[in-house]
Amino acid sequence: MTRYVLKRLLLLPVLLFLFSVTVFAIVQAPPGDFLTTYVATLASSGSSISAEQVEALRREYGLDQPVWIQYVRWMENLAKGNLGLSLEYQRPNAELIGERLVLTVVLALFSFVFTWIVAVPAGIYSAMHPRSALDYALTVLNYVGVATPNFMLALVLMWSAFAYFGVSVTGLFSPDFVDAPWNLARVVDLLKHLWLPAVVLGVAGTARLTRVMRANLLDELHKPYVTTARAKGLPEWRLVLRYPARLALNPLVSTIGWYLPALFSGSLIVATVMNLPNIGPLLLRALVNQDMYLAGSILLIYCFLTIVGTLISDILLAWLDPRIRLEEG
Amino acid sequence: MTAPVLEVKDLRVHFFLDEGVVRAVDGVSFDVGPGQVVGIVGESGCGKSVTVRAILQIVEPPGRIVGGRILFTKDGAAAADLTALDAKGPVMRAIRGAEIALIPQEPMAAFSPVHTVGAQVIEALRLHQRQWRPEGAPLSRREARALTIELFRSVGISMPAERIDAYSWQLSGGLRQRAMIAMALSCKPRLLIADEPTTAIDVTTQAQVLNLLRDLQRRDGTAIVFITHDLGVIAQMAHHVVVMYLGRVMEQGAVADIFDAPKHPYTRALLKSIPSVRAAPRTLLPTIAGSIPHPLGRPRGCPFHPRCPDAIPGICANRVPALRPVGPGQHASCFLYHRDEADEP
Amino acid sequence: MAAEAVPAVAVNVAEERVSVASNWRLVWWRFRKHRLALLSALVLIGLYLVVLCPEFFSTQDPEATDARLAFMPVQRVHLFDGARLSPWVPGVVGKRNPMTLRMEWRADERRKIPVGFFTGGHAYRLLGVVPSRLHLVGAASTDGRDQIHLLGTDRLGRDQWSRLVHGTRTSMTIGLVAVAFSVVLGVLLGGISGYFGGLADLVIQRAIELLQSLPTIPIWLALTAALPRDWTPQQVFFAITVILSLVGWTTLGREVRGRFLALREEDFVLAAELAGASRRRIILRHMVPTFLSHIIATSTLAIPVMIINETSLSFLGLGIRPPAISWGVLLQEAQNLQTLALAPWLLMPGLLVILAVLAFNLVGDGLRDAADPYSQ
Repeated sequence: MTRYVLKRLLLLPVLLFLFSVTVFAIVQAPPGDFLTTYVATLASSGSSISAEQVEALRREYGLDQPVWIQYVRWMENLAKGNLGLSLEYQRPNAELIGERLVLTVVLALFSFVFTWIVAVPAGIYSAMHPRSALDYALTVLNYVGVATPNFMLALVLMWSAFAYFGVSVTGLFSPDFVDAPWNLARVVDLLKHLWLPAVVLGVAGTARLTRVMRANLLDELHKPYVTTARAKGLPEWRLVLRYPARLALNPLVSTIGWYLPALFSGSLIVATVMNLPNIGPLLLRALVNQDMYLAGSILLIYCFLTIVGTLISDILLAWLDPRIRLEEG
Repeated sequence: MTAPVLEVKDLRVHFFLDEGVVRAVDGVSFDVGPGQVVGIVGESGCGKSVTVRAILQIVEPPGRIVGGRILFTKDGAAAADLTALDAKGPVMRAIRGAEIALIPQEPMAAFSPVHTVGAQVIEALRLHQRQWRPEGAPLSRREARALTIELFRSVGISMPAERIDAYSWQLSGGLRQRAMIAMALSCKPRLLIADEPTTAIDVTTQAQVLNLLRDLQRRDGTAIVFITHDLGVIAQMAHHVVVMYLGRVMEQGAVADIFDAPKHPYTRALLKSIPSVRAAPRTLLPTIAGSIPHPLGRPRGCPFHPRCPDAIPGICANRVPALRPVGPGQHASCFLYHRDEADEP
Repeated sequence: MAAEAVPAVAVNVAEERVSVASNWRLVWWRFRKHRLALLSALVLIGLYLVVLCPEFFSTQDPEATDARLAFMPVQRVHLFDGARLSPWVPGVVGKRNPMTLRMEWRADERRKIPVGFFTGGHAYRLLGVVPSRLHLVGAASTDGRDQIHLLGTDRLGRDQWSRLVHGTRTSMTIGLVAVAFSVVLGVLLGGISGYFGGLADLVIQRAIELLQSLPTIPIWLALTAALPRDWTPQQVFFAITVILSLVGWTTLGREVRGRFLALREEDFVLAAELAGASRRRIILRHMVPTFLSHIIATSTLAIPVMIINETSLSFLGLGIRPPAISWGVLLQEAQNLQTLALAPWLLMPGLLVILAVLAFNLVGDGLRDAADPYSQ
């Protein structure tokens, strides 16, 4: 078990290196570079910039170097822990990302908690009372929940809140609280704005999780060990939670690791729609403007999260299921 | 003559499927005396497992008990009708596991794979401690563990202190079955139900398990209902035999009577089909003609009549024979012995 | 004797039909029992009919703009004119609000525009070949001035119904084609990996692991942002399809590889080899059919994922780009609250997305249950 984990950890830098090459290649793929977009934007807004200024900027940013040298410079900086400079914002990338990281993490955690608190009991209830009215209702909700793209849900909810309650839920804070110092009122305001994106993010995941939980539990409920437990005289609820539910949860828990990167990526689209200062919109702009160090760094962070997430999943699965844990030893 | 521990009277369990109603148990009656071993024997699909599940009140939907009574007598108390109790209620749950215990068919699948065997036995002990230990403080964890080790030792599990922390898939087939027996006997039940306990294990282990059961039964006086399709095991273990076919009892009686003087054509055919060392070489093995009908296509009248070599035309196809005495302590449901007594179909 | 033999015989006949039916027959019979899946399959067939010829189903030219007709609301269709069954829509009268300078529309019930079926309308080419003017639904009047806008118009006065119909073609096709590519890639590479093993297996497996470790949405964003701005809509369409399928084939590839690895050891494969069957025959005739139905079921369930992905990407402006139309492009118009408050019917494409995805999921689930020989 530990050997397996160690092997995966050792592979981590290799994978990251491969990813960094891929990521950089993708970011550099569009023709032109940051300056071409910059010049175009200037031109469309009416101002202009002389050719010498462009050349000077190009040299300053190192954009006149061949691509692989730009890559090497990026790697050198990364090794020193420097995420580079954003060409558009003219600020260190680490700062830009850091500002938004906290919010992204908080949002992801909220959605995660929401999903599991709702999905697991719903799935258990559905499996224990199959074909009941509530089960049918939940099944319909689940199917629709999986079918709705999350930005669509965000739009509909935003619109209903606006049209029927006159409440605008975009952004993180109400206008009064945007620059206010941190106090209880600000936190409450934040929560009031946060619940909607958390729910939107969580809905598809909840729907999927409930269906899987229901299916898994239905499979387990007919197994012989459930009969034995029942024959021992255990009360039904205790029996279901301790035995089949536990076994039905195992494969689900192993997906927790994949959840986190998925939540981060999923919030990308929702954040754009709802105007949240998330990492998502930042990445989007960086990609479109070819702000390459910013885009590259963010993408690399995502890759890192994904690898770590997968590793966590595998470790959790082995830890929870003694059959896997002890098989190695 | 002490009261029987268990009296099953005209039990009917039907399964309500989309395609139709399967009458898995259709009028089964038998008694189990204190300390007696009753063997229920029959082919697959005859309803033996459903019968014992009904006794424990754990018949799974879409099955349901639709008729009959199951009278269970605890020590010194009056008989209680189990069918009248709420299957999930506290009274039935107190009986299940403590007064009537089950040894299920496949010990590998019957233990939870993610809990140690010891934990599962301890759970049974602590669940019913009010019953097998009415006075005194509640069981502490250490006490429970010590008790379980002792239990394991009494069923012949070597190194019980280590085995208690093992998972079921880490144990061999014989050890698993012994652990299962230990769990069933933990609360000293009056009645033990063994559902084909030897089917899933090899022959040598089978002999050990049977010996174990016999010793325990003699020591504690537990009554046993033993389900099997193996007539040899029945001959070794049972005092009393119930032969079932398609949800009805064909014949029942003392084991000596059934084996030496079988009355029902089905019993006779079963016994004849056992290959014998003494048979003449190169003769065809006798079989029972035909095959078990589809559960939804039960024959009218006597369930065995399409395959019966002694079927009486005009009678066996139209009326269902009732279970009636055919000798001292022996009953059979066959029109060969009592023309006039029939049950409702 | 005869009376009670009938049920036994009937059961036996049914059993015989089952035992001689081919695998596909059995799957079809079981699928038929899922009424919901059957209904969804009909819905999908309907949608793909629209895909075949969107012009026939639309009422106007989807590109026709008319700024004077911006943000017209959904027109309610009345089925009865007095006592006759004659569908009509009320005419719409517009007035420009002097303060917001926006057109405000009011339904004028007195002016009835009759709705006709199989009417004449703008010209098009059926399947790109046959010229026609026939449309399923349209204004029945002959002078061509009255138009019906079943789902209203957008900010440029374009008829939403027609745009929705045309968008259906793009969105439903991308999903299908992208999954088809993925399946081909997955089965091919997974098969080579699983059946031949060795170096090919090692390389392909590492590639799969690498691709699966990439975070999907950010990579899609990056890849689609990398598409040059000056590509034609067709080129963009093709590129989006390729990008979507490049990341999607890995799951199927892994499954196929696993199946091949397991099947290689099976006795029936050994029996076929001993009987002298050629390798190609063993693969195609013996191994593949065992999991073909599973592949079909999985692919059907993958299509809605692709549809949602394409819709999301186009919504962000990174996928299909205007003037090409897809559901995502249409939803872009509904991006901000102000527009939505003004014209909530712009969210209609979203409903169609939900419908299509629901239908695919139900059909896929039905197929999966029907194809699994061990279920039930």
